[in-house]
Amino acid sequence: MAGASATAAAPSVPVVAGPAAGRGYKRRYWPFALPATIVIVAVIVFPWVFTLYMSAHEWRIGSAREYVGFDNFLRLAADQRFIESIWHTFYFTALAVVLPIIFGTAAAIVFHRKFPFRGVLRATFVMPMMATPVAVALVWTMMFHPQLGVLNYLLTSIGLPPQSWVYSVETVIPTLVLVEVWHWTPLVMLIVLGGLAALPTEPYEAAHIDGANAWHAFRHITLPLVWPFIMVAIIIRTIDALKAFDTIFVITQGGPGTASETINLFLYLQAFAFYNMGYASAVVVVFFAIIVVLSLLLLHTRQRSKWI
Amino acid sequence: MTKRTKFTGITRRRVLESGTGLATMAALGFPAIVETANAQSKFDWKRFKGEKVEVSLTKSPRGDVLQANEKEFEELTGMKVGSEQIPEQQHRQKVVIEFTSGRPSFDVLTISLHVQKRLVAKGKWMEDLRPFLADASLTAPDFDLSDFGKAGLDYSTQSDGRLDTFPLNIDYWVLYWNKELFQQKGVPYPKTMDEIVSAAAKIQDPAKGIYGFTSRGLKNANVPVWTSWLLGQGMETVDSNGKMQTDTPQAIWAAELYKKLNKDYAAPGTIGYNWNECQTTFSQGRAAMWLDGIGFAPPLEDPTKSRIVGKVGYGIVPPGPKAQHSAMFGDGIGIAAGSKKKGQAYFYCQWATNKLNQYRLLQTGSGAPPRNSPYQNPEILAKSKFGKEWFDCMLGSAKISRPGLPVIVPVTEFRDVFGVALTNMIGGADPASELRKATEQFKPILDKSETG
Repeated sequence: MAGASATAAAPSVPVVAGPAAGRGYKRRYWPFALPATIVIVAVIVFPWVFTLYMSAHEWRIGSAREYVGFDNFLRLAADQRFIESIWHTFYFTALAVVLPIIFGTAAAIVFHRKFPFRGVLRATFVMPMMATPVAVALVWTMMFHPQLGVLNYLLTSIGLPPQSWVYSVETVIPTLVLVEVWHWTPLVMLIVLGGLAALPTEPYEAAHIDGANAWHAFRHITLPLVWPFIMVAIIIRTIDALKAFDTIFVITQGGPGTASETINLFLYLQAFAFYNMGYASAVVVVFFAIIVVLSLLLLHTRQRSKWI
Repeated sequence: MTKRTKFTGITRRRVLESGTGLATMAALGFPAIVETANAQSKFDWKRFKGEKVEVSLTKSPRGDVLQANEKEFEELTGMKVGSEQIPEQQHRQKVVIEFTSGRPSFDVLTISLHVQKRLVAKGKWMEDLRPFLADASLTAPDFDLSDFGKAGLDYSTQSDGRLDTFPLNIDYWVLYWNKELFQQKGVPYPKTMDEIVSAAAKIQDPAKGIYGFTSRGLKNANVPVWTSWLLGQGMETVDSNGKMQTDTPQAIWAAELYKKLNKDYAAPGTIGYNWNECQTTFSQGRAAMWLDGIGFAPPLEDPTKSRIVGKVGYGIVPPGPKAQHSAMFGDGIGIAAGSKKKGQAYFYCQWATNKLNQYRLLQTGSGAPPRNSPYQNPEILAKSKFGKEWFDCMLGSAKISRPGLPVIVPVTEFRDVFGVALTNMIGGADPASELRKATEQFKPILDKSETG
């Protein structure tokens, strides 16, 4: 039997763990890594290298391409509208992360307790998350109408003054955040609820015996234990808020004026309305750098908050 | 059994029942008659039988009409049509990207003349239709180019004389007015642009939720409002030599009028209004006047959407200090220069802009045809949901129309830069300094757009 003879012959072959054997191993198996390498080069590496290349050129679709070195980046540094868009992005992101985290965590604590119809109410609570963002944005746009929208009707019917919502420079970003909060608080609730369900009961029993009240238990047991889950929610929400485009585009198109123009909207205008591809590529590079810095910051924070 | 005509599928009984009659059929170049008329000519609709033509349309009621009647073209020519409708913004992007690639996927396309006219001319992206028109074997004898109004044909014609498109639809800007609100205050329809302000002041009653005026405040969308007022000075934003006139005293006067009407007499929040918010405000009886395209009229006469059905006045934009003009916007249809089926594409363009399809646009309220014949049809007034005033307003506006946006390559940037300036004005900024700043910002973009 071939198998038996092979097994019998095996002990006589000296097992040498050396560089030659290692190289042979690599030679045999590298073709298996090739498809993944090709895909990564095609969809990640090449677009990035090309974007970098384009950012060093002045190229408007339909016109000749011209090498300009760092000119596009220097223009960006002096472009007041771009600088404002960075501020709008951070302002929007900060609110669109913090508020859903607070409300989502509170909702998770409520839904973690047992009470009648909890299942039905929990299912109802997560429904906004399932709605299509563009459809949601269109509905909210109608609701925000200063004269005919339902929100001002409700405010005036209880004696409060009507608001301008997205039709005012001052209130546009907080109002857009309101839509985000409505839409994405359920996601935070689900993540934190998962964390709460995994918590051990012993620390609570011990704290109860030691005389801790509900606030103490929450502050010193629940929050530290559930924090890694909240960090996951913060990372997901930050990514979502930074790349927010559809809701803002549909509701305000970056207006009034440029009051809600985030980096994404600025980028969209440059690339697909003005066809200014070189300048838009420079925006992408800067935006990427901002995202990398933020990601490192978040990862560092997450490492520190590891549940040990 | 009802007998069907060979090409249209319209039954004799249906024609008789509709009361359209022979005269109307002849006036519209009814295909059955066309078939007979063409029997002796070199032209043959079946010349490209069995082939297929790809059509890329901008999503609009015009596109709906063409797609709904495509079978008629297929029966008439024996060709197949592959057509798609894409929303306006995305369609413009698609057109630019595909033409830049050098191999567009479509043979026929529609363009927004007010945005893409100069762009397609610069890129030489579309075929000049004049050689096709001159070829009797390709042009149907009843196509009748002379039936197109001068304004529409001029709009489609490039500065070097090329006819890159046939005009498909022209949207004229008019002043909608709420007759009931005017009557309540005993105010007549304004005879000048200045009287618009005084009429708005008299009718304005914020305590009752009634405002004197509404128009676009959202950046980009708001620019045609300002250019409409500027036309009252007999001036466009960029002259025929490419010189910007956006910081002239006349432009500042128009901007001040824009600011006054939108800041003092429009509803709160107008700074973020596009046409749809204005339409809603006006249709709910909350605004006395609304300046916008006549193509937005249908919902105003729809009882399920409007509270002012039968109370809407359609007014030609009143004269300004020096002139009276209606801002004009429009769509054209033409042949992609990279198409390998230019003859087939030309057949589709002819059919799309023939008298019958133009009549359909008017009949269904889907647009304002640039052809004259649909308006001369005695049936149209009886069948349309719009009254004589609407038709008179449209025809009157057509006679005094001028482009509402400059014919330049970077139209979108122009709208963006000056749109932001206008929005700032509603917020209280000084029109003169905003226009100077915007002009300074846009001038290098305009200069660069014609080079390279």
